[in-house]
Amino acid sequence: METEFTPFASLLGGGLIGLSAVTLLATHGRIAGISGIVSRVLPPSVDKAGLPQGIIFLIGLLLAAPLWFVLTGAAPVQIVSSNELLLVIAGLLVGFGSVLGNGCTSGHGVCGISRGSARSIAATITFMATAFVTVFVLRHIVWG
Amino acid sequence: MHLFSTLFAGLLFGTGLILSGMANPAKVQNFLDLFGTWDPSLAFVMGGAIMVTMPGFWLVQKRTTPLFHDAFHLPTRTDFDAKLVVGAATFGIGWGLGGFCPGPALTSLPLAASGTFFFIPSMLVGMMLAKYSAARLSKT
Repeated sequence: METEFTPFASLLGGGLIGLSAVTLLATHGRIAGISGIVSRVLPPSVDKAGLPQGIIFLIGLLLAAPLWFVLTGAAPVQIVSSNELLLVIAGLLVGFGSVLGNGCTSGHGVCGISRGSARSIAATITFMATAFVTVFVLRHIVWG
Repeated sequence: MHLFSTLFAGLLFGTGLILSGMANPAKVQNFLDLFGTWDPSLAFVMGGAIMVTMPGFWLVQKRTTPLFHDAFHLPTRTDFDAKLVVGAATFGIGWGLGGFCPGPALTSLPLAASGTFFFIPSMLVGMMLAKYSAARLSKT
């Protein structure tokens, strides 16, 4: 299904994500990597010292969609697959892979690249490559 | 004040994900579908984020400490290992399959799409499995 090309909204939204990352570094000296923030509050080895910060950041994240609804009067547009098995597999791979590789789109893709980290640049190229291949296989071979 | 700044950062992050279209898995998968219904928007999300983060991080690091904390906690590793590459490759496959990565998935939770309720618990299980296996490996 086609989606509309939204260069301005996407650029501005990206800017807000960047502003959030800068805020977190300026106030707490932390990298805004979502997989890291989430995994640190999960067992085993819960990061007790960082627990309140992690939980509060996640509450902020969860409040964004309700706030959007209040301010704009409409729920954000979204199409999520209804293939439950596919989403379970996708979730397992995203969770396992992001923790094993120490980061996801935010930690490696935004913060790491901005710091010029060679590890993050390598990770971003790697996950972009496998994601492109996965969608190609899924849409043009399996469902093609 | 310091907790408020963290709440603000989370809210800003989620709002950015929604405004940019990252919280819509269809848009993510269309970005990844070069030979189909390609939507280049996501390149602008990353561009916009890096355009703010790169100079922002540079400015912030001119300080010796963050505002509400005694030190910066920045990754220090520079080596390449199999875990980094295998982890990133695995993450990319999952991202392509579902169109969700961790931030957008959590931001989408209140929107209550049925698929999100399958993705998020699986993602948390995947994270715990990775932490558990890392803990096991470091003991041996």
